[in-house]
Formats: sequence, structure tokens, C-alpha cells
Amino acid sequence: MTHHRALLLLVVVLAGCSDPGPDWHGKDIQNLMPDLAFTLTDTRGQSVTADQTAGKIRLLYFGYTSCPDVCPTTLADLRQAVRALPETTRDDIVTLFVSVDPERDTPERLASYVRFFGDRVIGMTGSVAELRDLTRRYRTTFGYDEPDDHGNYEVSHSSAVYVFDRSGEARLLLRPDSMPPGQIRDDLEQLAREQPPS
Amino acid sequence: MIDLDFLAPYDVSPLTLVAFALTLLGYGYALPRLPPDERPGRLRVFTFTIGVLLCYAVMQTRFDYYAQYMFFIHRGQHLILHHIGPFLIALSNPLPILRFWHARISPAGRRWLRPVAMAYRTVQHPVVAPVLFVGLIYFWLWPPVHFNAMLSRQLYWTMNWSMLVDGLLFWWLMFDPRSPVTAAALGHGKRILILALVAIPQMVLGASIVFSRGMVYDVYEVCGRAWPMAPETDQLLGGLLTWIPPAMMSILGILLLLRRAMHADEKPAVQPAITQGSAP
Repeated sequence: MTHHRALLLLVVVLAGCSDPGPDWHGKDIQNLMPDLAFTLTDTRGQSVTADQTAGKIRLLYFGYTSCPDVCPTTLADLRQAVRALPETTRDDIVTLFVSVDPERDTPERLASYVRFFGDRVIGMTGSVAELRDLTRRYRTTFGYDEPDDHGNYEVSHSSAVYVFDRSGEARLLLRPDSMPPGQIRDDLEQLAREQPPS
Repeated sequence: MIDLDFLAPYDVSPLTLVAFALTLLGYGYALPRLPPDERPGRLRVFTFTIGVLLCYAVMQTRFDYYAQYMFFIHRGQHLILHHIGPFLIALSNPLPILRFWHARISPAGRRWLRPVAMAYRTVQHPVVAPVLFVGLIYFWLWPPVHFNAMLSRQLYWTMNWSMLVDGLLFWWLMFDPRSPVTAAALGHGKRILILALVAIPQMVLGASIVFSRGMVYDVYEVCGRAWPMAPETDQLLGGLLTWIPPAMMSILGILLLLRRAMHADEKPAVQPAITQGSAP
């Protein structure tokens, strides 16, 4: 009797794991991750919070401006994906670029960097402690390599883009390194359609 | 110099802190109040404390940070939570402490505990227990489940606690000091058979991770590693930690049980001698 019940429970658990839901190219992280929340410093040196972009679909990405390849490629892919959307949807999407290298990424430097990737990108950073809190919240990390003779060093960081819907709920994990911009576009369009702007 | 920051938890879990504090306090309170002939000796107290502290260390120090961002350290964490820590705790035989506290539970409290006792008997069934022991390892290492567990804080803690609780249940079933002749404990032969059987699927799983060509657990790529290490190396080390030490724990368990079974075999030979009155 108890064995049958245990078996039934197992079936229910496994069925729950393979629940198809809506089809996404990215990874569905609804209910896996907490809502978007942060208090950081923007490129004008002022405090910036998640509420300021409420009502928009937000793409959160961790990187640094001296990043040799991953960050520029990812930001370019995101720009390409957003540009391929209908004009009305484009304005509903903001990219939040969080630099995890506050030592080198001054507000000015960050400002000129994000400007290069279009006007729908907001650059921000914070103290290492603030950044640790935020990365821990989204189960990711960053670390610094030993500086070379010129004082340059690499920074390890997440390669994923976290997508939050208009209400700030975590929805998708995009991996631009293995996802063509067309698929990112599709996912963003589907998400924008799901919740029309209020 | 010891880095004291290392001892601070990376992700504070109040439930975990309370559980470990209560365990140690409960043990420390009961110990001097036990009758001397039941009181565990220094070695047993030491074994128990080391087992508990090891489990605490991998859950509530900086070790946990590395376990979240390195696959092989995560495997080391589970090796301690599911094997080494509970192995030591069960081997230390905390039964007198449990009896001490059980005697202090009110009859109403015992009624409340009845479903717990029923669940305990179910999971300690000699077929259910090893299936659960190996099944949990496979479940949490099933790639889609593993991915989610590393993304969700709640799932992550569920995973670690389920490994610890199941480890305690399993190793207690193996090292229960009560004699199978006089108590409802499992026979030594069955225990040895279970230990040998659970080693095989763990070795298969570990070897399949070691020899896989692609990246099986890519969540560590997504979330960033604690330090730059080739993903293949990380996966290889993690696979080895899943493969070899658990098999060694089974062998160690079997040797300890064989020793105990041999002692048990010798006893009947002594007893008739006593009844014949030849003892001084």
C-alpha cells in the first residue's frame, strides 16, 4: 500500500518536471528565481532601482567594459534581436548592463560603453558588496584574475541574460553564446505579446 | 593565518543554523546526564562532533560558495553530506542520546510523532532504503533537475537537506548497533549486500560523467565558475568524486560490518562456557 503511494508520488513529481508550458528557446526560470530588485549607481552617478524601469521587459546582464569578447558580442546580439522586433515593441525592452568591475568602470567609462550599443541600454554598477548581493540573488558570481604587467586583468562573470517581465518577475534565462539573435527576438516578442503594456 | 571570513556562511540559512545548534546542544545536554554505563566515550563523542561539524562546514561556510560555482566542489559537498558526515554520525552510535530525549517526550508528543515513525519504517525498508539512497543521487544529478537546483535557492537547499537526511537514514540502517537477533535491526548479511549493491550504480554514474565527451552540467558555464578552470577538468574531477570515494565508503562500511559480524559469531562460543560455570 505505502509502496504504491510512493510510486504515485514519484510519477506526479516527474510529470511536474516535464510540464511543457509555453515554448521558449531560452530556459524558463519562472518560479525558480526571485523578482528583479537592485539598488545600484547609474552612469550619471545617481542611484538606480528596478522600479524605475517597471512596466518594461528587462534584460539583465553582468559584464565589464574591458571584456575582450563575450560582453560586446552579447550586447551586440541583444541589440540585433531587439532591432528585429516591431517598432512598438522595441521601446518596451531595456537592457540593464551591470558592470562587476567597479574599480575600472567609472560612470563616464560605462556611459560611453553602453552608448555604443544603443539608447535602450542602461549601464550601472555598485560597490563590490552590492554587486555580491545582487549576483548571489541570481545564483551567479564573478571573480578577478591576477593583473598582468600593465595592470590589466580578466573578470569571470555569468554568460547568461536574465529576462524579467513587465511586473519584474523572472521569466527566462537566455544564453546568447548558444542562441542565435533570431531566437532571442522570438522569445522577447512572445513575452511582450503575453503582457501588453498598460 | 586563518581567514576568518571563510567561516562566515555564504548564503545564511536560519533553518540550517537552528538545526545544527539544536543538534549539538541536545547532544551536549544529554551527555553528562546519561548513566555512566550508557554514556558514549571520548572517541564516540569526537566522531559524532566531527561528523556534525563537517556537514555544517559544507553548508554554512564559504565552502558552500565554491560548491555553488564549481561542479567538483559541489560533488565534494554531497560526498560529505550523503556519505562521510552521516557515516561518522551513525558510527558514533548516538542511540543513548536519542533514547534520553525520547524518554522526555510527553504522551501527546508521541502521538504527534506517530506518522514520523511510520514514515521512518517505510524509508528504512531494506529495499526502499538503498533505492532511495542511489535514487536521490541520480535524481539531483539528472541534468535538467540539476540545472534547476543550481538556479533556485529553494531547490538548492531542498537538495542539500534531502541528501543529508537520506545519508543519516541510510548509514544509521547500516550501522545500527542493536543486534539483529534481539532487535528489529537489519541482519549483517543484508547490510553488507546493500552496501555492495549501492556502490555499483554510483560507480556507473561517476564513470559515465568522467567519460562523457560533451558538457553534461552546463549550469556552471552559465552562472560563472568560482575561478577560471577548464570546464572539462571540472567535470572530470566531479565525475571522479562521484565514482571513487562513494565506492570506498561502501568498502569501508562492509569491512566494519564484517568485523562486527565476526565478533557476534564468537559470542555464542563464550556463553556456554559461562553457563557451565567454568568462569572464575
